[in-house]
Amino acid sequence: MPKVPFRIWRGAAGGGEFREYATEITEGMVVLDAVHQIQAESANDMAVRWNCKAGKCGSCSAEINGRPRLMCMTRMTDLPPGETVTIQPMKAFPILKDLVTDVSWNYDVKKRIKPFKPRPPDAADGTWRIAQADVDRVQEFRKCIECFLCQDVCHVLRDHHLHDQFIGPRFLVYTAALEMHPLDVEDRLADLKDAHGIGYCNITKCCTKVCPEHITITDNAIIPLKERVADRFFDPIRRLFRFLFGRSA
Amino acid sequence: MEPQTLSPTAGLKQPAFGETARRDLWWVQPVAVFFGLSAALAYLNWAAFQNAHYVFGNYLSPLYSPEVFGESPHAWFGPKPGWWPAWMPFSPAFLILWAPAGFRMTCYYYRGAYYKSFWADPPACGVGEPRKSYWGERSLPLILQNSHRFFLYCALLFLVFLSQDVWKALWFEDPVSHKTTFGIGVGTLVLALNLVLLSGYTLGCHSFRHLVGGNLDCLSCAPARLGAYRCSSFFNSRHMLWAWISLVGVTFADVYVRLCSMGVWTDWRII
Repeated sequence: MPKVPFRIWRGAAGGGEFREYATEITEGMVVLDAVHQIQAESANDMAVRWNCKAGKCGSCSAEINGRPRLMCMTRMTDLPPGETVTIQPMKAFPILKDLVTDVSWNYDVKKRIKPFKPRPPDAADGTWRIAQADVDRVQEFRKCIECFLCQDVCHVLRDHHLHDQFIGPRFLVYTAALEMHPLDVEDRLADLKDAHGIGYCNITKCCTKVCPEHITITDNAIIPLKERVADRFFDPIRRLFRFLFGRSA
Repeated sequence: MEPQTLSPTAGLKQPAFGETARRDLWWVQPVAVFFGLSAALAYLNWAAFQNAHYVFGNYLSPLYSPEVFGESPHAWFGPKPGWWPAWMPFSPAFLILWAPAGFRMTCYYYRGAYYKSFWADPPACGVGEPRKSYWGERSLPLILQNSHRFFLYCALLFLVFLSQDVWKALWFEDPVSHKTTFGIGVGTLVLALNLVLLSGYTLGCHSFRHLVGGNLDCLSCAPARLGAYRCSSFFNSRHMLWAWISLVGVTFADVYVRLCSMGVWTDWRII
């Protein structure tokens, strides 16, 4: 079998460079297999984060030929044949070493989002009743594997580094799952508008395009949240109704 | 050992304009959108300024509908109003086109598309952009995009007017006896198709989807709204497609009425 050339970014927080490698590709290999093979053959000290090799743990996120993807879910046969494969770490997060980035900012963001707060139980035994139709809508958001590819491709974080003002698509999906939950009674709209910076999203839909779980992030999570924020803060007619008929109007 | 944690932006650099490792033809889509929208804008502006050839018998161009003031028999309140400033060119389209134009300008699909194509913000996913600062839709002027829902209300009203035009396009006056009879011409089908395409676009609008049911947490508590939400979601899942084909549809409907009115095309009667 012919060897396929690779350019893999090597370095640490202080800087680094692309290094050339080549390895033999056999049938059924994914990019992560090739990286492991290169690691075994010629780069024993190359750092790469991985775990399940099944597209479910979200660990092996990287940029393959400039596109944020899971290395374990990218088949070598899906890449242009005969061309060098370029692999880089995610660009929206600080580099720890080689292909490994520090994504801990995401876990800090999650802590800042108001948690699930259910209404009082529906039944005397302390349980609730939810219709399937209401479960269906938020179920999509629960598919997220927290690979942070959506955060990586979002230009607000990737290009403008507004990490302190914008929580990013992953956490807008998380907030949507809570906000649209039929049992939840917490109010997160003021946070969405101000602290979480939903107004920074300009609907490029890049997050939707890279999601390995095919969550319709922009249309089903972010835009509905933008509309809810508009209901509260940018709709004078609704404001008048709320003034006249109370908060629920 | 404590895990190593860096500042969330430590060592991050903004990519240069156009910088990317993408090898695909990422520039094709924004360029196509740029030329597509520019061509549509140029034609629609030209057509709006013409103030002529927008009526052919019982057909009224959708760019001029409703004709609030104007010279044709379709006008609601007669010819150009006296209060219209003499120095300002007049066209019935000027009085109404702000509504569908505003609807499309603030549409969630078009916003994403023209931010990329006209403003390179970003040029494409994973491609470096030209500016260092970024405000998004948090402050003026783009915070005004939140007015989309008000343009939606207008667009829904326009569907009523355009339905009325399709109805009128079913009734043809005999030039000799002046008797009105039912009929279907190619123009009737063109106007009806335009209405269908605009309905698919408007009813799949994200704000409409939110209005009919998306704002509820308990959709099952309002079965009628759940049905409407599902229906709107069906159209919404292809919102980009509806946006484009409805834009082509409304442009073609104007071209059809215009060329028939100019005598270039003949309107064939089917029934």
